[in-house]
Amino acid sequence: MATQHSRSAARLMISPAVILLFLWMIVPLAMTIYFSFLNYNLLRPGAHDFVGFRNYYYFLTDPSFLIAIKNTLILVLGVLVITVVGGVALAVLLDQPMWGQGIVRILVIAPFFVMPTVSALVWKNMFLNPVNGLFAYFAQLMGLQPYDFLSQSPLMSIIMIVSWEWLPFATLILLTAMQSLDSEQMEAAEMDGASAISRFIYITLPHLTRSITVVILIQTIFLLSVFAEILVTTNGGPGTASTNLPYLVYGQSLLQFDVGGGSAGGIVAVILANIVAIFLMRMIGKNLEA
Amino acid sequence: MARAVTPARKLGFTIASWTVGLVIFFPILWTFITSFKSEGDAVAIPPLFVNFHWTLENYVLVNQRSDYLLHFWNSVVISVGSTFLALVIAIPAAWAMAFVPGKRTKDVLMWMLSTKMMPAVGVLIPIYLMFKNTGLLDTLTGLVIIMTLINLPILIWMLYTYFKEIPGEILEAARMDGADLKSEVLYILTPMAIPGIASTMLLNIILAWNEAFWTLMLTSSQAAPLTQFIASYSSPEGLFYAKLSAASTMAIAPILILGWFSQKQLVRGLTFGAVK
Amino acid sequence: MGKISLRKVTKKFGEVAVIPSLDLEINDGEFVVFVGPSGCGKSTLLRLIAGLEDVTDGVIEIDGVNATQTPPAKRGLAMVFQSYALYPHMSVRKNITFPLKMAGMDPAEQERRVANAAKVLNLTDYLERKPGQLSGGQRQRVAIGRAIVREPKAFLFDEPLSNLDAALRVNMRLEITELHHTLKTTMIYVTHDQVEAMTMADKIVVLQAGRVEQVGSPLELYNAPANIFVAGFIGSPRMNFVTGADADKLNAKTIGVRPEHIDLSKDAGHWKGTVTVSEHLGSDTFLHVAVEGQDTMTVRADGDVAARYGDTVYLTPQADRIHRFGADGKTLK
Repeated sequence: MATQHSRSAARLMISPAVILLFLWMIVPLAMTIYFSFLNYNLLRPGAHDFVGFRNYYYFLTDPSFLIAIKNTLILVLGVLVITVVGGVALAVLLDQPMWGQGIVRILVIAPFFVMPTVSALVWKNMFLNPVNGLFAYFAQLMGLQPYDFLSQSPLMSIIMIVSWEWLPFATLILLTAMQSLDSEQMEAAEMDGASAISRFIYITLPHLTRSITVVILIQTIFLLSVFAEILVTTNGGPGTASTNLPYLVYGQSLLQFDVGGGSAGGIVAVILANIVAIFLMRMIGKNLEA
Repeated sequence: MARAVTPARKLGFTIASWTVGLVIFFPILWTFITSFKSEGDAVAIPPLFVNFHWTLENYVLVNQRSDYLLHFWNSVVISVGSTFLALVIAIPAAWAMAFVPGKRTKDVLMWMLSTKMMPAVGVLIPIYLMFKNTGLLDTLTGLVIIMTLINLPILIWMLYTYFKEIPGEILEAARMDGADLKSEVLYILTPMAIPGIASTMLLNIILAWNEAFWTLMLTSSQAAPLTQFIASYSSPEGLFYAKLSAASTMAIAPILILGWFSQKQLVRGLTFGAVK
Repeated sequence: MGKISLRKVTKKFGEVAVIPSLDLEINDGEFVVFVGPSGCGKSTLLRLIAGLEDVTDGVIEIDGVNATQTPPAKRGLAMVFQSYALYPHMSVRKNITFPLKMAGMDPAEQERRVANAAKVLNLTDYLERKPGQLSGGQRQRVAIGRAIVREPKAFLFDEPLSNLDAALRVNMRLEITELHHTLKTTMIYVTHDQVEAMTMADKIVVLQAGRVEQVGSPLELYNAPANIFVAGFIGSPRMNFVTGADADKLNAKTIGVRPEHIDLSKDAGHWKGTVTVSEHLGSDTFLHVAVEGQDTMTVRADGDVAARYGDTVYLTPQADRIHRFGADGKTLK
């Protein structure tokens, strides 16, 4: 169908995008890899010696690296569990007959559109604050001691905030998937004598599997790089209690000006993200065939 | 579903859903209400919901503290500017891949997607140093460039899936009718793709508006968008809840409204067409 | 004028030859139907003529001019697509005007032609609507309108009725035939429905696996099929085929006899069988008869025949209506 002429025109039209993305990703990435082998600190101008894998050695053996990895994983897994379970439950609920479904949908979606710095600060001050926060007030109402969420369980608090941001996303996608479920299939199952619970287990959940996978993979990509929420609430603290990998890299490079060490950390983050990305790309790639 | 649902059941679901919906929405609602309180009322115990003295003073104070309009304008320039720039690059690319697919089209698409998966910290240092050396730090130009590049893959993907839905027979019909490439693009493709392009644009503006890694890293004051403007409230300074609320309300209101219009496209855009 | 000649036209998709070397003459003003089972290459052939696909080898001539390399728009042909391919964002008027606008025609002439086409096709009241607001039949007419305003040398139809319901299909069939009588332009029509082929065509081209099995008028194909494939494909219900002793007696590998050429009797006849299904259409009755030692045969009987499931009947083929086929499937003269 396509002639030679239209092919060369097409190549011409794609090239700006390809070249830009190439420059955007590959060139800086190559530079990061290069820096990661140098002894390069912005505070110590002069020669940048080649130090081999020493930056990686320091970064990987730094106790805060292991903590950051652990925190990153807890953060990602915690938010995933909350948003996927909550998202499925909410999607099932919102798919039921009700009055004002459109409005409820809008209410549920809203947090996704709130910028991370706003949601983190609102939660930090107006809800989690041990003196003036609403949660402290409710605790007192019930005769409990107010709890200082952000200093006593900083990571949990951040998981809560991030889950609030991402629950709408999971709900929206799962609800969309739910509404594409053929109602005749449900009716057939009903005719076959399946109870509401069996229908959920045997029809709804299998139908949602693909979307749940997509939700998990996409959220993982974003959750691996949670940053702003930590920056404006705990600054990674107390100590390193809520430091994740991106925050550690940020601290190393822009607070301690250790370009070499920060670069090594960045590459470690890239490798971790790629492991997830490979799975995600396979899924989307399969979808492309269909 | 033609079947009758008993009103009692429907009522039950309605109450349950509205309750959950309101709980999830509450932080936003509470922020909105608090923005009209005096600082004293904002921390009153028990909390005040409606029976307080409503005031607009926080909005005035926030504007005096830092120039809201400047940051708002920066956000608009960055999100809208980067979206338009990215569209100019993405439309031809998506068009070519959708209508003149080659052997490697799929690989190119996947590669573009893979750039989106790369964590920003992996390239933070070179970008930061480049910006520092070229004087692009804390400039709108710099941020527009970064946002364009960040969202380019999503844009190309969304447009690609929209273009793919235009049936090939229509293009063949146009060719039979004597349309050359230019008229085909001008009279057939573009008008048919406009709904898709519009919703892609909307989503992209939202994503760029809320982006909070590069905006925080690469700006400090002059080019700071609203994400950075709000971040400046991260260290407490006496009683500031009402002011924080006012600032937050102003930062999220425009995009919240846009976002509600783009729910459907959101799903598609954020899943790269995997869920429609 | 609209005379189209295909000489040794070949189309390969990669290594697969969809059409292995084909020759065909289409005369000016003819209504030609390409018919065949799905996947036989009939649509590909049409698209080759349209110029939407490049031929791998061979020559396509339109009015004696080699058009093999001519782009679709310059061939002077108009096409009606299966999905109609209307431009959804344009009104009916704009849809029909589009090819004229592309040709840079004088606006007054454009308007005259569109008004004319709208009148012919009963679309005058719908000119300002969008395709989405029209019924299936109306969309079909808009697609035809877009084709006729160009006053092309030939019309190409790619299964245009397959998206319509049965009643509308019969209607549109008549309308297209009438249109052909009015315009007297060459029409090439692709379908898998042999009823459409029989009712509309001046000339039918039966295709199988990219090869022309037979070319002829509907009655030629019906009365003198060239081979077993054409015999089975043309005619409804399908021709009955018999092998074995009955065929041997006539010096053939297979003999065929159409359901309407079998005499039915309750008492005596050539074959004895039991009725398995009887379909009463009112005007006719089709009996499916299980014949001993043969496949089930179909017989057309009068509408008021009272044969029922389980009845024993006798069948006798009309001797002069028996078709004989050789081992290669070709008809024996």
